[in-house]
Amino acid sequence: MALAERPTEGRRAAPLVHWVKSILKTLGTIAITMLGLLLVTFIIGRVMPIDPVLAIVGERASQSTYDAVYQQLGLDKPMLVQFGYYLWDVLHGDFGNSLLNARPVSEDIARVFPATLELATLGVMIGIFLGVPLGVIAAVKRGTWVDQIARVVALVGYSMPIFWLGLMGLLVFYGILGWVGGPGRLDIFYDDIVPTRTGLILVDSAIARDWDVFRNALSHIVLPAALLGYYSLAYISRMTRSFMLEQLSAEYVITARVKGLSERQVIWRHAFKNIRVQLITVIALSYANLLEGSVLTEIIFSWPGIGSYITTALLSADMNAVLGGTVVVGLIFICLNIFSDLLYRFFDPRSK
Amino acid sequence: MSDMTLRQWLLTDEPTSRRHARLSSLYKGWLTLRSNSMAMVGLAILVGLVLTAVFASIIAPHDPFVQDLSSRLLPIGAEGHLLGTDSLGRDILSRLIYGARITLYIVALVALIAPVAGLLVGTVAGYAGGWADVILMRITDIFLAFPRLVLALAFVAALGAGIENAVLAISLTAWPPYARMARAETLTIRSTDYINAIRLQGAGPLRIITRHIWPLCVSSLIVRVTLDMAGIILAAAGLGFLGLGAQPPSPEWGAMISEGRRFILDHWWVATVPGLAIFTVSLAFNLLGDGLRDALDPKDGGQ
Amino acid sequence: MNAFNRLLTGAALGLALAVTSTSAMAETPPNMLVIANRIDDITTLDPAESFEFAGSDVSRNVYQKLVNFDPLDLDAGYQPDVAESWDVSEDGKSITFKIREGLTFHSGNPVTAEDVQFSLRRAIILNKTPAFILTQFGFTPENVEQTIVADGDTLTITTDKPYATSFVLNCLTATIGGIVDKKAVMEHDKDGDLGNEWLKTNTAGSGAYSLVSWKPNESVTLKSNPDFHLGAPAMERVVVRHVQESASQRLLLERGDIDVARNLNPEDVAGVSSVAGVKIADELKGRLMYVSLNQKHPELSKPQVRQAFKYLIDYEGMRDSFLKGQYTIHQNFLPQTYLGASDENPFSFNVEKAKALLDEAGVSGLEIEVGVREAQERIEIAQSMQNALGQVGIKMNITVGTAKQILARYRARELDVYLGAWGPDYPDPQTNAGTFAYNPDNSDAANATGLLAWRNSWDTGGLTEKTDAAVVENDTVKRADMYKTIQAEFRETSPFVVMFQQIEQSALRENVTDFSTGQAITSASYWQVTK
Repeated sequence: MALAERPTEGRRAAPLVHWVKSILKTLGTIAITMLGLLLVTFIIGRVMPIDPVLAIVGERASQSTYDAVYQQLGLDKPMLVQFGYYLWDVLHGDFGNSLLNARPVSEDIARVFPATLELATLGVMIGIFLGVPLGVIAAVKRGTWVDQIARVVALVGYSMPIFWLGLMGLLVFYGILGWVGGPGRLDIFYDDIVPTRTGLILVDSAIARDWDVFRNALSHIVLPAALLGYYSLAYISRMTRSFMLEQLSAEYVITARVKGLSERQVIWRHAFKNIRVQLITVIALSYANLLEGSVLTEIIFSWPGIGSYITTALLSADMNAVLGGTVVVGLIFICLNIFSDLLYRFFDPRSK
Repeated sequence: MSDMTLRQWLLTDEPTSRRHARLSSLYKGWLTLRSNSMAMVGLAILVGLVLTAVFASIIAPHDPFVQDLSSRLLPIGAEGHLLGTDSLGRDILSRLIYGARITLYIVALVALIAPVAGLLVGTVAGYAGGWADVILMRITDIFLAFPRLVLALAFVAALGAGIENAVLAISLTAWPPYARMARAETLTIRSTDYINAIRLQGAGPLRIITRHIWPLCVSSLIVRVTLDMAGIILAAAGLGFLGLGAQPPSPEWGAMISEGRRFILDHWWVATVPGLAIFTVSLAFNLLGDGLRDALDPKDGGQ
Repeated sequence: MNAFNRLLTGAALGLALAVTSTSAMAETPPNMLVIANRIDDITTLDPAESFEFAGSDVSRNVYQKLVNFDPLDLDAGYQPDVAESWDVSEDGKSITFKIREGLTFHSGNPVTAEDVQFSLRRAIILNKTPAFILTQFGFTPENVEQTIVADGDTLTITTDKPYATSFVLNCLTATIGGIVDKKAVMEHDKDGDLGNEWLKTNTAGSGAYSLVSWKPNESVTLKSNPDFHLGAPAMERVVVRHVQESASQRLLLERGDIDVARNLNPEDVAGVSSVAGVKIADELKGRLMYVSLNQKHPELSKPQVRQAFKYLIDYEGMRDSFLKGQYTIHQNFLPQTYLGASDENPFSFNVEKAKALLDEAGVSGLEIEVGVREAQERIEIAQSMQNALGQVGIKMNITVGTAKQILARYRARELDVYLGAWGPDYPDPQTNAGTFAYNPDNSDAANATGLLAWRNSWDTGGLTEKTDAAVVENDTVKRADMYKTIQAEFRETSPFVVMFQQIEQSALRENVTDFSTGQAITSASYWQVTK
């Protein structure tokens, strides 16, 4: 609707200034939030009673070895100075090296993030394709047994301890039945067969047209993705139901019904069309949550993703890795938020 | 008044006092809730949980801490151990019953801390506006942008493992959404005639926030808290699962799963029983919360 | 179960068709060895720096040493490897090694005395954590030019005292004795770090395997060296995959997706041993599980209290239940199979005796804190102990933390009680004697954080001198006796309650033969494995 309106010449300048202003403001917000995120993470890292030096040198180190590493890490400098150095490096695109495995953190993240991305994307897709219809049906059949079943299905999804369900799923579908692949992203002998382009094994193997690897990767991802999918299905279907109810009781729906439009047209053409924007916001939020890396699922499925990467790093005081991981996750979260915000502003007539 | 039953008094359309009006609307809400059988099931489970926790020492067949290495990993239905025994030969049922106390403790503490903190930040930001708003909301955003479990982990790691610290850490990750919600509500309430009138009477900001804005935010907050409770229980269990929650030998349910997962292939009940307990309680909170939302939220309440 | 299976299978046939490539029993390729292990402890692959279990496994297969162990005959002790033979000087301070001819590094460069000299000097100059294994012989960054000298095809090392030759050679079998390719390493020298940065994630050795990739917390992949001097290994590719959970490892093994599972817990071992096509191999390891009492604590430092704790461990109950098959009772600081090891285990679970001892010491209402890292078996030992202590009125609170958290407090002498494990660093009695029974300066200022006796503020009551004497005794029988005497005294007087020695249970596919995790003296090796 907004696009159809053709602005006159005179009115064009004002929106342009407005746009530039709001973009700058958005960027400023991102910058401040990121800075805060870094600072908080940094402080947590410093007050944590885990000694990063000890994490590197190990239990048997002599005092001189210990002292050498202590200085090498710059821990003898004041905290603010340390933070300054770190910030300077990050601004130059350098996240530093992992204290524990001596590699650049950016390299590590480039390795672990695609694993999470692949899992989260598949998970949220399952959530959308099952959750949205479920929510719509529940709203339409409000109060009937269909609604009740949809409610229970969703609430069970909310209530399940995912680490327990994961273990059980692994036991039944992999251990007993052998329908799906085991822990990890691939069977070991499929490792390193297709060249890494995107880091998403499903995509990489499809590009290489190696369908054996593709099938194997699919068999490994299907269970954890289904678990995460169930969780986001629960959220998406509940929200969809709630949005749909609001629309279905609206004036125009009643008018449309009175006009004699078929029920299907009323639901999908009118009511559903109007909740798309709200729905995208919900999906974006759900996606962002999965992209944080669900630590517990990753641990159970030996999935080398960013959630378990940050956790491991955190517990061994590998602060460069924690900071790098947090920045990436935080950035994604903020960007998805802003994206859905913009979408909202663009499409929703009320916020004009 | 004398011919009126309590029920009629509560259902009146012409309340005689403010207290009357409030009680009346509460009662109507309760009636709506009661017609929702699912929510009632949830409520019943939670009442059961509270009773279990209160009478744990009477109900539990065994001491939850007494070990017996000679009768470990007994299956469900074993003599004297209805739900079997764990790795150290402790009675799982008794541990489960005592664990209810810990779960309630966590739930109660988080429900006290997180929404109150959120309410405080949100209403102050919303009412004060300007710089205070910008700063407070930026801080909220920063905490929102953190990976939740990672933030909780970091705090537990910083403060040391333990149930109180786990509660603090979870609260710390849980408050930002409440703050946002409270702020949004405050913004709408702030400019109403009602608040303007009070302000003209000379009420200060402190009084307005605590006496007039907070009460209006509470109902939506309660719904949200109930719905979040399941997530909080799961988060606490997750911390317990990672060994950062309650310390041994405490029978916290998440820690029990963590201990039991080693036997998942041959002695599946050791992890499954506490898993089902967590599931049941969080489902109960969800059912109740869902019902409360239907009852209190006018948006999809009509029909 | 079968009918149930069929029912489920039928019900989800659609899903199964879509995703199964694994529904048939999988099998690994015949020339490839796939191992599931916890490898999250690897922080570096540089032999001068590497000091953790999984890292030592890699090093053992990638780097040769002057002397080394034969995985098929570990009892024989160290054998010639890069050194063909050696001579000891008359004063007992110098050992001259003759370097074997015809060895080459993976790069194609020949292995020379020059490389050996470089590798050993490098380890001392870099002074990383394991450097003490070499520097205890008096080598310093300043004197290596004189003390470690290559000449033609020989290499001579000169120690500051006439140490037992077996002690010196045993130390050279440790990871830090790995011989690196000087030319390859120095090509990657960065700001004079002797290639440390590069070697952390790359290898330059002459051993049976070379590194293909190391993905932290994910996998290590090795490929065989066809020119290996003992012959090309049968397993051309070895993949060690990080699998945290015992249950996951077991499932992988049962389904034939891996050949070896190294971290199965007792219940999973019991479960898997009845599965067709799987076998269990037991190997006694050097790791000891112990409890120690901080002598700064006024009550815990009383001799009767120390003694009472030794009677408050349910040794047999634990060994026969949750530690079943994976730990054996052992109450001395030298692991079985070590020179001078003692098999006397005088203590047993005896609450009455402990009570009497505590009464004698006048202890009542004691409340203490034990630090444990979050490993399930240790937490269970702690709980069992907590239970036993409760019976004599001692309240013990368990603090669980990550390894680093607990360790930091232990090293700072802050814990009342520590429950943990200790593994020997090299296969000589000195490795444990030098930490359990050796503490020349017990003051806080000494900061000897590497010594267990110091961490517990124990002055060793004269054992320090005896340990010093044992290390320069060249008569093996006499030396063994000296350690037996030290341990007999240690058992009775020390604040250490040594409880168990570890047995590693590897679960293997039936067709895997000759797999070795190195027993108590070294790490895992793969070149002798066949399938």
